[in-house]
Amino acid sequence: MSWHNIGTIDNLVANSGVCALVNNQQVAIFYIPQNPTAVFAISNYDPIGKANVLSRGIIGSIDNKLVVASPLYKQHFCLETGECLEAEAIHLPVFNAKIEDGSVFISSEPKVTTAVA
Amino acid sequence: MQTSQKILIIGNGMVGHHFVEQMRQSDANADITVLCGEANLAYDRVYLSSVFDGKTAADLALTTHDNYKQLNINVHTSQWVEGIDRSAKIVTTLTGEQYPYDKLVLATGSFPFVPPIKGNDQPHCLVYRTLEDLEQIKASAAVSKSGVVIGGGLLGLEAANAIKQLGLDTHVVEFAPQLMAVQLDGQGGTLLKNKIEELGVTVHTSKATSEIVKGETSRFRLNFSDESFLETDLILFSAGIRPYDQLGKIADLELGERGGIIINNQCQTSDPDILAIGECALWDKKLFGLVAPGYNMARVAASQLSGGELEFLGADMSTKLKLLGVEVGSIGDAHAKTPDCKELIYQDAIRGCYKKIILSEKGDKLLGAVLVGDTSDYDTLLQYMLNDMDLPENPECLILPDSGGVPSLSGSALPDTATICSCHNVSKGDIVGAIDGGSCDLASVKSCTKAASGCGGCAALLKSVVDNELASRGVEVNNHVCEHFAYSRQELLHMVKVESIKSFDDLLTKHGSGHGCEICKPAIGSILASTWNDFILEPAHVGLQDTNDTYLANMQKDGSYSVVPRIAGGEITPDKLIVIGQVAKDFNLYCKVTGGQRIDLFGARLEELPVIWERLIEAGFETGHAYGKSLRTVKSCVGSTWCRYGVQDSVGHAIEIENRYKGLRAPHKFKMAVSGCTRECAEAQSKDIGIIATENGWNLYVCGNGGMRPRHADLFATDLDTPTLIKYIDRVIMFYIKTADKLQRTSVWMENLEGGLDYLKSVVIDDSLGICDELEAQMELITQTYACEWKKAIESPDAAKRFRQFVNSPETDDNILFVQERNQIRPATEAEKREQRNTQNRIPVMEVEEEQADVLA
Ligand code: SRM
Ligand SMILES: Cc1cc2nc3c(=O)[nH]c(=O)nc-3n(C[C@H](O)[C@H](O)[C@H](O)COP(=O)(O)OP(=O)(O)OC[C@H]3O[C@@H](n4cnc5c(N)ncnc54)[C@H](O)[C@@H]3O)c2cc1C
Ligand code: SF4
Ligand code: FES
Repeated sequence: MSWHNIGTIDNLVANSGVCALVNNQQVAIFYIPQNPTAVFAISNYDPIGKANVLSRGIIGSIDNKLVVASPLYKQHFCLETGECLEAEAIHLPVFNAKIEDGSVFISSEPKVTTAVA
Repeated sequence: MQTSQKILIIGNGMVGHHFVEQMRQSDANADITVLCGEANLAYDRVYLSSVFDGKTAADLALTTHDNYKQLNINVHTSQWVEGIDRSAKIVTTLTGEQYPYDKLVLATGSFPFVPPIKGNDQPHCLVYRTLEDLEQIKASAAVSKSGVVIGGGLLGLEAANAIKQLGLDTHVVEFAPQLMAVQLDGQGGTLLKNKIEELGVTVHTSKATSEIVKGETSRFRLNFSDESFLETDLILFSAGIRPYDQLGKIADLELGERGGIIINNQCQTSDPDILAIGECALWDKKLFGLVAPGYNMARVAASQLSGGELEFLGADMSTKLKLLGVEVGSIGDAHAKTPDCKELIYQDAIRGCYKKIILSEKGDKLLGAVLVGDTSDYDTLLQYMLNDMDLPENPECLILPDSGGVPSLSGSALPDTATICSCHNVSKGDIVGAIDGGSCDLASVKSCTKAASGCGGCAALLKSVVDNELASRGVEVNNHVCEHFAYSRQELLHMVKVESIKSFDDLLTKHGSGHGCEICKPAIGSILASTWNDFILEPAHVGLQDTNDTYLANMQKDGSYSVVPRIAGGEITPDKLIVIGQVAKDFNLYCKVTGGQRIDLFGARLEELPVIWERLIEAGFETGHAYGKSLRTVKSCVGSTWCRYGVQDSVGHAIEIENRYKGLRAPHKFKMAVSGCTRECAEAQSKDIGIIATENGWNLYVCGNGGMRPRHADLFATDLDTPTLIKYIDRVIMFYIKTADKLQRTSVWMENLEGGLDYLKSVVIDDSLGICDELEAQMELITQTYACEWKKAIESPDAAKRFRQFVNSPETDDNILFVQERNQIRPATEAEKREQRNTQNRIPVMEVEEEQADVLA
């Protein structure tokens, strides 16, 4: 797996999201400093609203799953698995993410690519 | 309970899937295997047409492979069953695989009947039943100008709607003299035909197609038996459905004379180890082409296979639909076949509606009904019929429009046995039971009974029953903000104040659980803002705001934003107008005058927002808070300065008031208006705060709004002088901010205030609670600490950083694309985007593919 350095940790916003361009893909990166895993990365494209907006959603938890709510129509996408809680068949690409020596790294390819039928 | 009996199901349509779910529920150990003929797992066929409105296959899916895995169900897609060996109890598929069974369930549904017309087997002659059919229809429509649906029944008209939405010149050809001959009578059919033709679909009744030949102006020509003809590019057959019963034939099961696998009340075929359910099954010589009876059979079969005793005893075939936007309903004996029955007809040629009810001989029971053009009485009529209830003395009032005192059957009038949801077989008693069991709102009743999650037709009735039940128990509706805080907004507000809590994290640690969500975060953000008036973009608050608040602009459907500068009272100088125009030109923004008397600029990209605002602020503009839950606009009429009738300076006042309350955060947005005289050109009585000039001062109106549920404002006080007016507004608004629930507008807040308007008057005018000084002091503090958020935002050194599209690249979002319309931009549609990308040949092919993969992901 190859990693993509998207810059230092100051690029992230605590308890919120930002977007990075990784290997021509728009990736939404969420930073929850007090969580054991502090960074999460999923595709920025909301397949329901059909726009690149997920990094601008509010993050939170539903039944103990960490989620982001799309700012367009409020569907929840799980930060860990990419699944959409309101439409089971939708799984967003999820990227590996880590912080090392103050820099943020995102995997250049998604972990699981479940295409929607 | 039997353990691990091998149950094999053929067909994973709506009914087959429902069976799987029911079976797993009643027997956790059964070894269940599903052979699914289609490539897709079960999906919602009833809503197939919604794919033409932009729904995807994923939206229609009823389940997923993961879901089946979790339920421990084996499923094989694209597996067509060819043979059944009853003595060996083995099923063989087209590809030669073999599956053993103890019990076999046939849920093979039906297939569209294509009449034996010469030429019916050419390309572009299609049917409409599966997702794959849809793909073919779309592909064919893309190279066609016109389309004909053969068959004017329920499905035919659905299909006509579909091809009309694809932009084809649409025709329906029906063999019978009327449309929907199964459900409607002649008059109903004629009205439906007229209405559909008004919508641009041409209907040809009493036409028998004799052959399909090559056309002259179009791809095909349909020759009719009366020598006339019709040319078209696409043909869609929808001439009825036939049960998929060939497996029954192969296995030598008893079939009906005209097809269908015969079943008994236990859903068993002539071989007790083989059951049949759904559209392939024939019960009492009847086939059932609707989901509700199919679901019912699925429940019966699951019960049979797990030792239960449910029986299938037939089903009601009443239907209510919207076809091409025309409401149509058919109940019970629509054709008045019961001997000596009586008919009552109401026909309104002006509104275009037709209603007929069929009554028993004595006129005291309802046997059936036909409704075209208006189905608002459907639920009530259906309940009368299903529950065999006595009709009121003057049954005509059931179908006459607003005849006063219509005994509409609200939830409370129904007996407990009344079926509310026929898809999931939920009675009123079940709903009462769910509420007894702890469900205290509509959503939880839905999830616990499944009511209204099938065809959706019962949603309105369900709501009425639930509301009624809750109200009758005086249930205090749970007003917790969300799952993370077991408190109401007001309780949270008190905690914030009393404990001097200044951040979300603090409040969550002390009084909440989990991580919060998009409901509690903005609500608490608003509480913090209105209590402490901190800059809402302090780092601790950023994650609490909706994107609109975070970026101080409203997000549009494509991810771009709008820019709305404040234009207080709607007054603007020519110079400022020019600035707005120039900025819009420089950034290529779409301009529109809003309903709130100001100008909205659309199509700004995230990274352009600070630069645009810099230009506007330089020219003296301020943010218009079009994004916030805060004061929007104070509308004004031109008033005494110019208008010959005006008695006060409404514009001057509106500006003063707008400047006083701008930026104030509240539970919901609020709007105001000032009219210069009683003619009320500013529409002040439709605002949260409305002010109308009088000879002696001002009349104050409160708690009105337009929007989804318009409400006229109530007259609060008359002939006020300006200082008193401002004092009262301060108090009303502050009291609202302090006590309203999240996202509650002033109208709903006041209606829920015990004592209503009179109470509000006593608090605000008579100071009955002794809090007016505090309310005014709070307002004073907030009005004095006002600062334009956009000014602050662009002055902050990290503004450019915050509004970047990408943290690691200067690129822009390539999915925001525009086209020109009426000399301005508008967002490109998905199709236009694809086209723009394809024609931009400077993009290497590789990248295009990646982008599209992204779009699909
Ligand atoms: C732009 C505008 C339409 C227009 O082109 O004229 C508009 C646009 C939107 N309205 Fe509105 N409303 C606009 C005037 C109105 C009016 C008329 C008025 O203010 O006189 C009403 C009815 C009056 C009222 O509110 O009582 C109105 C009732 C709504 C409602 C329903 C509120 C309700 O209580 O039922 C919503 C939904 C909501 O707020 O939850 C809404 C929501 C919206 C949103 C915010 C929807 C959204 O989330 O994207 C739209 C934002 C567009 C944008 O980016 O600016 N808009 N909206 C108008 C902006 C006025 C302004 O200058 O600020
Ligand atoms: C456009 C449209 C609109 C409709 N609107 C409504 C409505 O508003 N209200 C309503 O109540 N009903 C409506 N219906 C009817 C409703 O969809 C059906 O009643 C319901 O889908 C029947 O379910 P089923 O499982 O019996 O059959 P199906 O959903 O047809 O499923 C049967 C499945 O079995 C598969 N199969 C068949 N033979 C084999 C084999 N040998 N091997 C393997 N697999 C096999 C088929 O491929 C199919 O996937 C509509 C139907 C359509 C097409
Ligand atoms: S009426 Fe609806 S579509 Fe029109 S601006 Fe308001 S919210 Fe948008
Ligand atoms: S009747 Fe179909 S969902 Fe209730």
